[in-house]
Amino acid sequence: METINDKAEESRVGYKGAKLGMWFFLITEMLFFGVMFMLYSVNRYKYSQAFHIAALDENLVIGSVNTIILITSSFTMALSITAIRKGNKMLSCWLQLATIVMAFLFLVNKYFEWSVKIRNGIYPASPALLQKEKGEVLFYSLYYVMTGIHGLHVLVGIGVISTMLVFTLKEKINTESFVKLENTGLYWHFVDIVWIYLFPLFYLVT
Amino acid sequence: MNSFYTNTVPRQGLAAWMLSTDHKKIGIMYLAALLLFFSTGTFIGVLMRLNLISPGTFMGAQTYDRLFTIHGIIQIFLFIIPGIPVSFGNFFLPIMIGARDVAFPRINRLSWWLYLAGAGLVLASLFFGGGALDTGWTFYAPYSIKTRTNVSLAVFAVFILGFSSILTGINFVTTIHRLRAPGMKWHRMPLFVWTLYATGWVQILATPVIAISLLMIILERFFGLGFFDASKGGDPVLFEHMFWIYSHPAVYIMVLPAMGIISEIIPVFARKTIFGYKAVAYSALAIAGVGYLVWGHHMFTSGMSDTARVVFSFITFLVAVPSGIKVLNWVATLYKGSIKLDPPMIFALTFIFLFSIGGLTGLVIGALATNLHLHGTYFIVGHFHYVMFGGMGMSFLAALHYWFPKMFGRMYGERQAKIGWLFLFIGFNLLYFSMFVLGFNGMPRRYFDYPPEYFTGHLVSTIGSWVLVTGLAIIFRNLIIAIFKGPQAPANPWGGKTLEWQVPSPPPHENFGEIPVITSGPYSFE
Amino acid sequence: MDDARTHITDYKTYAFIWACLLALTALTITVGAMHLSRYSVLICLAIASCKALLVLTYFMHLRYEGALIKGVIIMAILTLTVMIGLTFVDVWYR
Repeated sequence: METINDKAEESRVGYKGAKLGMWFFLITEMLFFGVMFMLYSVNRYKYSQAFHIAALDENLVIGSVNTIILITSSFTMALSITAIRKGNKMLSCWLQLATIVMAFLFLVNKYFEWSVKIRNGIYPASPALLQKEKGEVLFYSLYYVMTGIHGLHVLVGIGVISTMLVFTLKEKINTESFVKLENTGLYWHFVDIVWIYLFPLFYLVT
Repeated sequence: MNSFYTNTVPRQGLAAWMLSTDHKKIGIMYLAALLLFFSTGTFIGVLMRLNLISPGTFMGAQTYDRLFTIHGIIQIFLFIIPGIPVSFGNFFLPIMIGARDVAFPRINRLSWWLYLAGAGLVLASLFFGGGALDTGWTFYAPYSIKTRTNVSLAVFAVFILGFSSILTGINFVTTIHRLRAPGMKWHRMPLFVWTLYATGWVQILATPVIAISLLMIILERFFGLGFFDASKGGDPVLFEHMFWIYSHPAVYIMVLPAMGIISEIIPVFARKTIFGYKAVAYSALAIAGVGYLVWGHHMFTSGMSDTARVVFSFITFLVAVPSGIKVLNWVATLYKGSIKLDPPMIFALTFIFLFSIGGLTGLVIGALATNLHLHGTYFIVGHFHYVMFGGMGMSFLAALHYWFPKMFGRMYGERQAKIGWLFLFIGFNLLYFSMFVLGFNGMPRRYFDYPPEYFTGHLVSTIGSWVLVTGLAIIFRNLIIAIFKGPQAPANPWGGKTLEWQVPSPPPHENFGEIPVITSGPYSFE
Repeated sequence: MDDARTHITDYKTYAFIWACLLALTALTITVGAMHLSRYSVLICLAIASCKALLVLTYFMHLRYEGALIKGVIIMAILTLTVMIGLTFVDVWYR
C-alpha cells in the first residue's frame, strides 16, 4: 500500500511548495555569506590602508576571467531550463554539461591562483604573512576563508548539476516535472551572485 | 486498533522507526532523545551543585569548568532549542492544520538523523583530543582558540545541530504556507501553529550566523586566521557579536513555541476562548522580530561603544512589551472562565508565574547601570533558569501532560502528577531564587570555589536541586508507567477544540480519513 | 501566481541579460582601475548590486514570482542590514 510519505514531494506540496522551500534554503545561505561580508566590512573599516595595499597584489586577470566564466555558466544554466521546458531534452543536457565544465574551469583557475600565493609564502599564519601589517594578515585570512567557502559551494554545485544531468537524460526531469532543475538553477545563480560581490571586494577596491 | 504505531511497511522493528518519514514517529523518537539528554544534563547540574556545597572535595577546578560547559551544551543545543518544535511541533503541526504530514517528510527525517549525529559528536568530543571542553557553552575567543581541550569537535557538533534546526525551520514554515486544510485561513490557525511559524523564521534567519561563528572558531584553531586574535589585529568582541546575533534570537526559538502551548492549554482548561487572538498571534511575530535587535545586552561589559550600549538597552526594554501582551491576554482569558486545575493547567499557570519572574529580572539586567553590577554573577544564572527552565521547561511538561493521551492512547495518574509538580515547584524556587540573592551579593558565575559568606545561599540552592530532581522523578515515573499500564484514553479527554482532538488517540497513520474543511476558529467554547 | 509556472523566459531575453552582465563587469573593472579611493568601493558595490539584481530578476525568475517569495528575500536583506548596522553602531563609535 502506497503511503502518503512515498509520494514525490512535488505532488504533495506542489510546484510552489518545492520552490518556496528552496528559496528559504537560499536565504539561509544569504545569511551565511552575509556574516562573512560583515566580518569583511568591519575589518575593512578598521584597516582600509592595509586592505588597499593587499588588494593590489591580487591577480586581476584571473579574477576577471573567473567572473566572466561564472556569469556565463549562470547563463547556460538558465538556458538549460528553458530548453527542457520547451521539450528540448538534448539541448538542455548540453547546456547543463557546459555549466559543469565552466564550474570546473573556475575551480582550476582558483587552484592556480591559490598555488601562486602559497608558493610565495602567503597563507594563513605563514611566517611571511605574519611579517606584514595586521590589516593585511586579516585581508588574506578573509580572502582564503571567503573564496574557499565559495569554492566549496561551486564544488557542491558541480555535484548537484551532474545529478540533474543524469535525471534529465533518464527523463526524470522533463517538460512536465522540472522543479528540481529550476531549484538547482536557483542555487547556481546564488553562487554566482556571491562571486559578483566577492570580486570587487577582493580584486577591485584599491 | 489501527494507529500509526501498527506497522504498514515491510520494514521491522528499529528500522521501521529510524527510516520512517512519518512526522508522528519522528516526533516520538525526538521526544525520547530529548528526555534522555535532558536527564543527562540535569544529572550534570546536580553534580555541579554538589561541588558547590563542598568545593574541591571530589572534583578539581578544570573538571568543574568542563561540567558547566557540557551542562550548557546539552541542555541548550540538545534539549531546549530543538525541544518543543521537534517533538510536539513535529507530532501536532500537520494534524492541527489538517495535513497528512509536513511539507518535506524526507528532509524531516534528515533533520532527525543530523540531530543524532550532532549528539554523537558531542559525546565523542568528551573522549578525544583533549577531552571535554572547558570554555563555557558560549565558546568565547580567545580562550576557545587557545585551550587544549576538544573545542573543534564539540563546536562542529553544534554546527551539525544547527543545520538540523535550519531544516526543521524551513520545513515548518513551508508546511504552514502550503498545506493548510481548505478553510484553515491564517486567522483560524491554532496559536501554537503561529508560534511555530515565527520560530521557523528565526531558525532560518539566525542559525546560519552561529554556523559561521563556529566555523571561524574551528578555522582559527587550525589555521590561525586571526579574526579574534588581537595580536593579529583581530577583535574578540567581534566573536561575541557573531555569537549573540544568533544566541539571542535562539532564546526566542526556545520560548515562542512554549508560549504557543500555553495559549493552547489556557482556553481549554478555562472553557473560554482566548482573549485577543490576533494580539497573541501577532505578538509572537513581534517578539521574533524585535528579538533580533537586542543581542548586545549580553555584551554590556565587554567593551562596546557607549552608543551601542544605550541602543541595545533601549531595544531590550521594548521586547518586553509583546511578551507582556501575551501574559495579559492569558490572564484575561482566565478571568470569568470555568477553571479546571488538571495537570496541564497547573503546569501552564506555573509557566506564567515563573516566566514572569524571569522576564522581570531580565529588565533589571537590561538596564545599563544595574547590569554592570550583575553581569557575570549568579543573578544572571537565576534569570535564565527562570525563563528557560521555569518557562520552556514548565511548558514542555505542560505539553507532555496535555498531549500524552493523544500521543500514547493512555491516561496517567492525576494525583502523582500533582505531587510531582509540588516537589518540582518548591525545589525549583529554592534552587534558583537563592541565585538572585547570591548574585546580588556578588557571587560570580562559573566559579568553582567562593568565600565562606556565600555558603548558605549555595546550600539552600543545592538542597533545592535535590527536591527538584525528586519532583522530576515522580513526574516521569508516573508517565512512563502510564505508557505501559495506563487506562485507555478517549479521543478528547480534555474537551479541546483544535483538530488533534477530532482524531483517535493515538492518531492513525494518515492522520485523517478525509481532510477536514474548516469553518471556524480554534477556540470556540460556550 | 500561475504566472511563475506558465511563464517560460525565452533564450533571447537570457542572452540580453548575459550581455548586460558582461558589460557591467567591464564597467566595474574600469572603475576599479581608476583609483577613486573610497568612492570606488561605493561605485563598485553599486554596480555589483545591479548585476545581482539582474540575476535575481531574470535568471532566478523573481520578476514572475509572487509577493511571498519577494517578501522572503526582503526579510533576509532586512535582517542582514540590521545585523551589520547594529554591529557598526558598536565599531564606529568606539
